[in-house]
Amino acid sequence: MLIRRVIPCLDVRAGRVVKGTRFVDLRDAGDPVELAALYDREGADEVVFLDIAASHEGRGIMEDVVRKTAEVLTIPFMVGGGLRSAEDMRRMLRAGADKVAINTAAVRRPELIHEAARLFGSQCVAVAVDARRTGRGRWEVCVHGGRTPTGMDAVAWSVEAAALGAGELLVTSMDEDGREDGYDLPLLRAVTQAVRIPVIASGGAGTPEHLWAAIVEADADAVLAASIFHYRKYSIAAVKAFLAERGVAVRPVEGQHAASR
Amino acid sequence: MIAIVDYGAGNLHSIRQALARLALDARIVEAPAALRDAAALVVPGDGAFGPAAARLRALGWDERIREHVRAGRPFLGICLGMQLLFDESEEDGRHAGLGIVPGRVVRLPDTVKVPHIGWNRLRVVRPSPLLAGVATGAYVYFVHSYYAVPADPAVVAATAPYGVEVPAVVGRGNLWTTQFHPEKSGAVGVRMLQNIARWMVGAGAAVR
Repeated sequence: MLIRRVIPCLDVRAGRVVKGTRFVDLRDAGDPVELAALYDREGADEVVFLDIAASHEGRGIMEDVVRKTAEVLTIPFMVGGGLRSAEDMRRMLRAGADKVAINTAAVRRPELIHEAARLFGSQCVAVAVDARRTGRGRWEVCVHGGRTPTGMDAVAWSVEAAALGAGELLVTSMDEDGREDGYDLPLLRAVTQAVRIPVIASGGAGTPEHLWAAIVEADADAVLAASIFHYRKYSIAAVKAFLAERGVAVRPVEGQHAASR
Repeated sequence: MIAIVDYGAGNLHSIRQALARLALDARIVEAPAALRDAAALVVPGDGAFGPAAARLRALGWDERIREHVRAGRPFLGICLGMQLLFDESEEDGRHAGLGIVPGRVVRLPDTVKVPHIGWNRLRVVRPSPLLAGVATGAYVYFVHSYYAVPADPAVVAATAPYGVEVPAVVGRGNLWTTQFHPEKSGAVGVRMLQNIARWMVGAGAAVR
């Protein structure tokens, strides 16, 4: 029996967390390493770094962030954003990332998914699917950080990515992202029903109920959120307690586990 | 010195850091010749079985690893580093492993999502130096699509339910392996690493 994962996501630009953060217990709320370590202590199951302005020089900085993060984290973490080749992916994995996510590069050249899966194993190759609603029950894939629509069907692309060897899908609703009105449940449901690999829900989380709905109503294997954690609206522990009370199997946060024994 | 074998597979730094935090002299070793000085050996690894097994052989690691295990010195294999010890794997064709632990590596059943990614509960079936203080029900982190089936079920110390009872901790004597990642398993993993440090130091691995 596999439990559902709660994953805070950090948007990073030039080695700094963007989107404001409201952490009083950090020396530097913009430091991705420090923030990731805090989420680890609070019971996050995983952490995702998205390099949102990935450039060649930015990638070197990201590698440094990854290396420092690997030194302190006791949970897995994934890195995405601007990875263009197997070599880019290898550099992040060698620096200490457990998984890498590719989007634009995979759309441009789908065989990259297969190559990466053969080189590194499917389990560390995630495909990020940025999807925009085009009609009832239809979504299209966007690339370049969601700015460029491709006309490709998001569900069909998810199926193809899985067949090519993706180990996981990170499905982000471009319509809901940043609105905190809840995930695009029909999108998530369409993808989780179409593939047999884990699906991470992303884009739109504003409350613990939204995370619950993605898991229970859309069968997401993991829920990713950014601002609800960064702004301290909810702690990871509070979210997990909420999910557990409503019957979702989550990994207990250490302190709570000890207290309940 | 604890040698962490670098044969080109995934993430070596997190296990090195985790051991270094416990004041162990853990070093990433890139040439098999350097194993002569190693009191203990760690083979980590993510990745695909075939290319990894081929690299171990091409670089001459296979014989050194066999010698090390034969000498009874502590050996820890993690994830792919566990699977590589078996006779063969069916991942992406059919590939020979190191043949140190009798048995095969097979794909997870299609009744569950594959890869198995995430936290799962251990069922402890017999004591081992790794699991001191770790009880059934403890959560650890898995990422894999294949799992090892030892010919001798008595070497399995813990399992995790995922379509089948996945052997999660396998070993005996001074050879121990985990299908999950203790270095990625939060506080439970930290406790296991402390156990591993105690075991390795007790068996002669140097403290920094």
